[in-house]
Amino acid sequence: MSVTDLEKPSVEQARATSFYEASARARIRLLLDPASFVEFIGPEQREVSPHLKLFDLPEQFDDGIIVGRGSLAGSPVFIAAQEGRFMGGAFGEVHGAKLTGLLRAAKELKSIPVLILFDTGGVRLQEANAGELAIAEIMRAVIEARTAGVKVIGLIGGRSGCYGGGGLIAGCCSALAVSEQGRIAVSGPEVIETNRGVEEFDSRDRALVWRTMGGKHRRLIGGAELFADDTVQAFREAALELLETTAGFGIDTLNAEQSRLEDRLQRFGACRDAVEIWAAEGVADAASVPALPADQFIELADKVRRIARDAR
Amino acid sequence: MTLDKILTSLFPDGHDVKNDGGVLLGSGTLRSGARALVIGVADRTALGVDEAIRLSGTVLGSIRNGSGPILVIVDSDSQRMSKRDELLGLNEFLAHLAKSLIHADIQGRPTIGLLYGHSAAGAFLASALATRVLVGLPGADPAVMDLPSMSKVTKLPIEVLEEKAKSTPVFAPGLQNLVQLGAVHVTWDDKVSLADQLEKLLGNMGDARDRRDALGKERGGRMKAADIAERVRELAMQTR
Repeated sequence: MSVTDLEKPSVEQARATSFYEASARARIRLLLDPASFVEFIGPEQREVSPHLKLFDLPEQFDDGIIVGRGSLAGSPVFIAAQEGRFMGGAFGEVHGAKLTGLLRAAKELKSIPVLILFDTGGVRLQEANAGELAIAEIMRAVIEARTAGVKVIGLIGGRSGCYGGGGLIAGCCSALAVSEQGRIAVSGPEVIETNRGVEEFDSRDRALVWRTMGGKHRRLIGGAELFADDTVQAFREAALELLETTAGFGIDTLNAEQSRLEDRLQRFGACRDAVEIWAAEGVADAASVPALPADQFIELADKVRRIARDAR
Repeated sequence: MTLDKILTSLFPDGHDVKNDGGVLLGSGTLRSGARALVIGVADRTALGVDEAIRLSGTVLGSIRNGSGPILVIVDSDSQRMSKRDELLGLNEFLAHLAKSLIHADIQGRPTIGLLYGHSAAGAFLASALATRVLVGLPGADPAVMDLPSMSKVTKLPIEVLEEKAKSTPVFAPGLQNLVQLGAVHVTWDDKVSLADQLEKLLGNMGDARDRRDALGKERGGRMKAADIAERVRELAMQTR
């Protein structure tokens, strides 16, 4: 063994990296099989947003999203990863179009699944109309791909969470894995507070944010199929499991989802806080859930709620 | 145009659309004699979990038992911004409504959005923007984000934003901007029978494909989206 081999961390060590802390590029590199990733329209092509100049804002050569193909445990996958550190991972015209194109190819090829690593605050306000429309096009493209038999898996554990239209795209995916940090919502805490007042939602109350929008709550109400620890390895394993277990898409899926959501409204519609929902769901010591380590939480969640794999 | 006037002009042969707390549900008789399902949001109502589940349930029921086109008539607020809605998973309810509409369209129930008032953000995505063809009526006033909120986020004065809005349709509110971007396919004339305009549109729906990025390019509102999507698609298609 040479000195460089000793210094180089093994793939396993590298995959123990925090998913939350990693950049979008590192997430892709570590999640996929080593050296398997090929990017489409990479930063060297400098396809930047044509709209940020108007606001004197810096551009990024990949417009905050990386799309391409690679392999996962030997099988081909398409993959997209948003960079939450550029403009909050928000959807603009170029950013969104890259994902739309990837999904359209998946629809035509039918056999290659798509992984979407969400990390987004939603629409990029400086190009709000183009961003909103890009999200509408992505939602349509996800459903068309799923109708063609493609599995579209969302992985959520980045610093910007998955907000606004990102939350709607996530809801269109075949299945989701989420970590504790991976918040999923439509209106962000600040948006609710600004519009409805601090009595409705105190955005500085971080515990409230986590238990209302965070990964544990989403897993417990069935908003995400799997809860993952905050490592790239955990997300890789979650992606493999979801690719294995996720059912197809059609009218039966939608009818099952309608029942699933009606049931949720009926059971929890009057609850005022997540802890009440968890207690109603049968968690014995509901108040202790936020403090549980990932492995203990996963064990608990598997006990109290089996997630339907054919109702999204 | 008021909702009553719109429904009367759309369905001179009768309709049974009811407005129940801002949720529109019912059907109307088309010129051809066939029925169209009508759903929607009225009175600038916010779209929350309670509204969305009724709309999606109606669409799915109609896929089981009905036929004909589906009209989605919209004058809404944004999504309901509340702790309760987010606690219950609003993103899933809105996505489910959009999925139901897109599925209906793919399965031969053409969907047409009719925007006659306001709409914004998540409510817009789950309703009007989840249809195949979106029609704007005079007076429609969509806004992904209003300028005062945008001013707060971008830290630019409203006057500066108004000035910038003159040179690009890409961020400012308004129907014409969304026409230029390809989000709104066509605007109708309120002085002509809406039933006639609907009949003409139904005869000219094309296939169930999303052409909004191509429209945006033709109209000069979104010069990049169609080309970037197509380039990525071609590169990805080389994967075998």
